[in-house]
Amino acid sequence: MTDSLRSAISAIAANKLRSALTMLGVVIGVGSVIAMIGIGEGTKQKSLEELEIMGSNRITVSPQRGRGGTGSDNALRVEDVGKLKSRIPAIKEITGVVSSRFSGQSTVKYGAFNKRTSVTGAEPQIQQIENARKMYAGRFYTQEDEAYMRRVAVLGWGVYEELFAGENAIGSTIKINNQNFEVVGVVDYKGGSGWMNPDDQVYIPLKTAQDRLLGTKDRLHMITMQGISPDVLTVIQADVEDVLYETRKSATGEELFRVFNQAESLEAIQTQSRLLSMLLAGIASVSLLVGGIGIMNIMLVSVTERTKEIGLRKAIGAKRSTILSQFLYESVVLCVMGGAIGTVLGIGATNMVAAAMQVPAVINTVAVFTAFMFSTGVGLFFGLYPAIRASALLPIEALRYE
Amino acid sequence: MSEMNIPPKAVIDTRALSKEYVMGEMVVRALREVSISIMNGEFVAIMGPSGSGKSTFMNMIGCLDRPSGGEYYLDGREVSRLGDNELAEIRNKYIGFVFQTFNLLPRTTAVKNVELPLLYGGVKNRTELAKSALERVGLAQRMDHKPNELSGGQQQRVAIARAIVTDPVLVLGDEPTGNLDTRTSFEIMALFQELNRAGKTVVIVTHEEDIAHHCNRVIRFRDGRVERDEKVENPTDAREELAKLPPVEQPVATA
Repeated sequence: MTDSLRSAISAIAANKLRSALTMLGVVIGVGSVIAMIGIGEGTKQKSLEELEIMGSNRITVSPQRGRGGTGSDNALRVEDVGKLKSRIPAIKEITGVVSSRFSGQSTVKYGAFNKRTSVTGAEPQIQQIENARKMYAGRFYTQEDEAYMRRVAVLGWGVYEELFAGENAIGSTIKINNQNFEVVGVVDYKGGSGWMNPDDQVYIPLKTAQDRLLGTKDRLHMITMQGISPDVLTVIQADVEDVLYETRKSATGEELFRVFNQAESLEAIQTQSRLLSMLLAGIASVSLLVGGIGIMNIMLVSVTERTKEIGLRKAIGAKRSTILSQFLYESVVLCVMGGAIGTVLGIGATNMVAAAMQVPAVINTVAVFTAFMFSTGVGLFFGLYPAIRASALLPIEALRYE
Repeated sequence: MSEMNIPPKAVIDTRALSKEYVMGEMVVRALREVSISIMNGEFVAIMGPSGSGKSTFMNMIGCLDRPSGGEYYLDGREVSRLGDNELAEIRNKYIGFVFQTFNLLPRTTAVKNVELPLLYGGVKNRTELAKSALERVGLAQRMDHKPNELSGGQQQRVAIARAIVTDPVLVLGDEPTGNLDTRTSFEIMALFQELNRAGKTVVIVTHEEDIAHHCNRVIRFRDGRVERDEKVENPTDAREELAKLPPVEQPVATA
């Protein structure tokens, strides 16, 4: 066995350029399998992290605007929050939310600086629900602040940076839509992005927002809640709908509310990334296949070139199986070497692309192992035919071959 | 030779051996019922014009090809109907081949080349045996050289070492001097004579009369049959011939 291996390696070493070019197909195949799966995984992880930033086990209900027809009541009110909380035990935290997002953005001013941002009015539970527990400075507002409708504000990191540029903000007075608010806390950097960026936000007590800032009275823009575990979200969603529809009817039968269930987005992300991974793996498999055909081609050339050598080996006692394994070893060694190089390049490429895309580089050991096994399989499969051809040569004819 | 006390035993015994090839519409009868016995310790030259069947005969006795008819006893065993793997084993253990074009593995040292048959035979102390075979052919100093670092004569010595390393009952040479100059040819023939004197049965194919004259029996083929089979009176001694040649140091004029 070791001798077959040694003779395979020396045959490969004898034609370095050709071996390298042959290997290239497998190198690219394995490398791209690993890189593509790694990048797919990284993208998925990033999506999951972003979802986590928004808070975990979250369900949010908002009215389906302009739906249900006249006479339909699709407004959410403060009393609904209490009803849901008392009727559904799987809810851990719940709060009504009003947001300047639904009435145009607010302007927040501090001294000469101002910023257009969204102001969220919610009960202090929002801190738990939106996963804003880590404070950069100060504190989150309390039930007392809520009860007394105090003009206090907690800034998201982005707003704080822009207005205070790293200076102390606690105790300072800012103006939101020309009304004075006292800054009591700054939420630590969360690293979100996009329209719902949790860093680009100002939190104020719900009642303060309803009565003093947005004038929505007891109406809510949304009700958001956190379930006790990810498994109960579907149950909660059904219960929420039951409770809300108990007192309301849609005139046209259309849905009155839109329920955003985090479990669904989670699933969507996972499905999407699975599809992406499969697609990428498919593309990479094609390049492995092409690499395998390259191996077969060059092995056939090699068998033809070495016909005389095969004849000699047979003349001095090599059996069919000996010749077969010699050539199989050669193609497998080619593939395994290609696979090893491909793995290194694939990991390198994953890191590079991940850095460029700002996603975590995920090197999946299963993917590496699979790609490696697959490349060995390619070597065996595509090496088999040339090896059989070699082993079936008749010794006299092979010896006479020029 | 009688003092070697070798019991007279047929190493090669063919009975009505024949071989037919089908080439398109034609049936070529390359061998027609050839019956030959070659005894242990003989040194035989096979001669004949091309197409006479001498190469086909060599392939048959070398177990490289199967006859269409007749029987072939190698060292007392009927081998003409054996399967591929059994034939490979026979070639490995009973026969040593020396070819016109040496057929050494390129990029492989002399000692590794000589080890090859032992490897296929599953022999353990390969390097040791290969080294002693190379010493026997006078290449003790060249064991780690690769074929491209050796002269034609040296390469053929490596090939002879490879042929004898398994201690076969029969050494076959297919025009072993065909690619060598006169001096080197004599050197190789001297080596064959040495092996033969040590008891080895040697059969070579050649078309050169003076080379054949080193053997003690010449079998001539024509049209697939044995035309003449005769003892050689006073075979040439290759050592003596070498002594008569001008010394190697003198530059040889080439055309």
